[in-house]
Amino acid sequence: MDHTADIGIVAYGNDLVTLFSNAAAGMLSLISKSGGHVYDVTRTISLEAEDNETLLIEWLNELLYIIYTEKLVLHGFDIVIDEGRLTAECAGQKLKQGGLVITREIKAATYHDLEITYKEGIYSAKIIFDI
Amino acid sequence: MAWQGEIRRIDDYRWEIPQDYKSGMKVPGLVYADSAMLDKIREEQSLEQVANVAFLPGIVGRSLAMPDIHWGYGFPIGGVAAMRVSDGVVSPGGVGYDINCGVRLLRTNLGEDEVRPKIQELINHLFNNVPSGLGSEGKIRIGQKEMDEVLASGAEWAVKKGYGTRQDLEVTEEQGCMKMADPGRVSERAKKRGMPQLGSLGSGNHFLEVQAVRRIYDRTAAAAMGITREGQVLMLIHTGSRGLGHQVCDDYLRIMGAAVRKYEIALPDRQLACAPVQSEEGRDYLAAMACAANYAWANRLCIAHWVRESFTNIFGKSVDEIGLEQVYDVAHNIAKIEEHSVDGKTLRLCVHRKGATRAFPAGRRGVPDRYSSIGQPVLIPGDMGRCSFIAVGTEKALQETFGSTCHGAGRLQSRGAARRGMRGSDVAHELAAKGIYVRTDDLESLAEEASYAYKDVAGVVGIAQGAGISRKIAMTEPLGVIKG
Repeated sequence: MDHTADIGIVAYGNDLVTLFSNAAAGMLSLISKSGGHVYDVTRTISLEAEDNETLLIEWLNELLYIIYTEKLVLHGFDIVIDEGRLTAECAGQKLKQGGLVITREIKAATYHDLEITYKEGIYSAKIIFDI
Repeated sequence: MAWQGEIRRIDDYRWEIPQDYKSGMKVPGLVYADSAMLDKIREEQSLEQVANVAFLPGIVGRSLAMPDIHWGYGFPIGGVAAMRVSDGVVSPGGVGYDINCGVRLLRTNLGEDEVRPKIQELINHLFNNVPSGLGSEGKIRIGQKEMDEVLASGAEWAVKKGYGTRQDLEVTEEQGCMKMADPGRVSERAKKRGMPQLGSLGSGNHFLEVQAVRRIYDRTAAAAMGITREGQVLMLIHTGSRGLGHQVCDDYLRIMGAAVRKYEIALPDRQLACAPVQSEEGRDYLAAMACAANYAWANRLCIAHWVRESFTNIFGKSVDEIGLEQVYDVAHNIAKIEEHSVDGKTLRLCVHRKGATRAFPAGRRGVPDRYSSIGQPVLIPGDMGRCSFIAVGTEKALQETFGSTCHGAGRLQSRGAARRGMRGSDVAHELAAKGIYVRTDDLESLAEEASYAYKDVAGVVGIAQGAGISRKIAMTEPLGVIKG
């Protein structure tokens, strides 16, 4: 999805867990290139927020934070979302391992025009990233 | 989708979005554009964002849009908004993620005839000497304690470490240090993200550019800046506060989200999240933002040091012989507490400049002594294939825009559309054909920064001049570029 200053994605899911997982996959597809996924490093992420939109942005920004500070890309997720709490068992690989490289620097996932909608059994969210 | 809202022509360079355009606007919007530029601006939704900013509590005057305005997130990029300190708000979205993204200009005694034959050698040397690119990390290794020193004292830290001189500080906005900085208000996460990146250019639209002066419009003012002839070589550095600033913004957007509910502030877009300037949340944000701004000034001064090093290595002369002096350094993503006259009253205001440059006139407090008779230098980079401008602030800017003007060309196309237009390698070839040597470690994204993705900066600066909010002093063209 095009935005003049930035770049965005629309993520879909049959449920919130799939939406969050797909949003993360969408974001990673914007910023990284890999020869194949490796899952040899694990992390547990726990987050809390007052609504699902905030939780989604915090989730994506947490993944970015781990990339920038630990050079670790998490791309396998087992997510549980329960009343504003997210717990995710994540697995991934260090940058440069197996050809994994960052191709674009995203500063953050933003709250701009963000809304999680539920229509005909499908959750969707438009997310704009600041780059 | 084109913007269909109501906008009224005031004169050739000014357009007003009336206060009754949307219920909840506290002031009108004012857009600086000519009719052709306005047609381009209306192709996207940035004018709706100008109207949305007018909702913010305590806003005075107008919600302003500079001629390089484009669609941002929450605030438009190219937006200026001033809120009363007494009962107004501060919004991290009105500063942006890259806090104190800004521009530093160095002048030299060298002429284009000396530099052009060595441009590839110089750019390659700079490319190796200044860390740049995706997730780039600096050559400086600092611990937590020293990081706090950087955050508290900004460019002064860099001078203390031998990366610059006292003279550099004198010609830096705020002398490179906002005193309201408090490292205790910056999260450990932000510090962790910023520590390894001090002294790095980063990626996106950040760059180093070797330029030659093409035109001088005011020789007296140019001479005060050490710019005396066409063909003279200058050096422009464009970067900001790297991951530290991004994390500070992200941290405080979360805090401001809660503050919006606490203080019952009605907003049309949650990216405008804010808190009263006088609240704990507001004061904490300003103290943390000042830390990020200080980090950015230290960052640009460290980079300037390596630029000086590269020039001395390539040309075999000392810094003094080359005359590598700093002309000025301006922030274009920042919030400042300033005093301005509004309707005949002097008010303390929190002026948000997001993608806008401070443009104070001659004699105004805050303008370095060296420029007290000409006004504050304003540095307005264009895209890497065209030109850039050096201007000065004006009295008119002080009256109308809280002393602000444009900051660059402003995007015309999204990054995706720009990539679809041309391949990065073709953009590099096209630039080479114009005599501009470009280096990047991210050739694919070079197309995102191609000329056709931006408005023509000459048009933007012309509108600012026509409206009287800044005055052109000189125009430069690139000889070589490092795109981060």
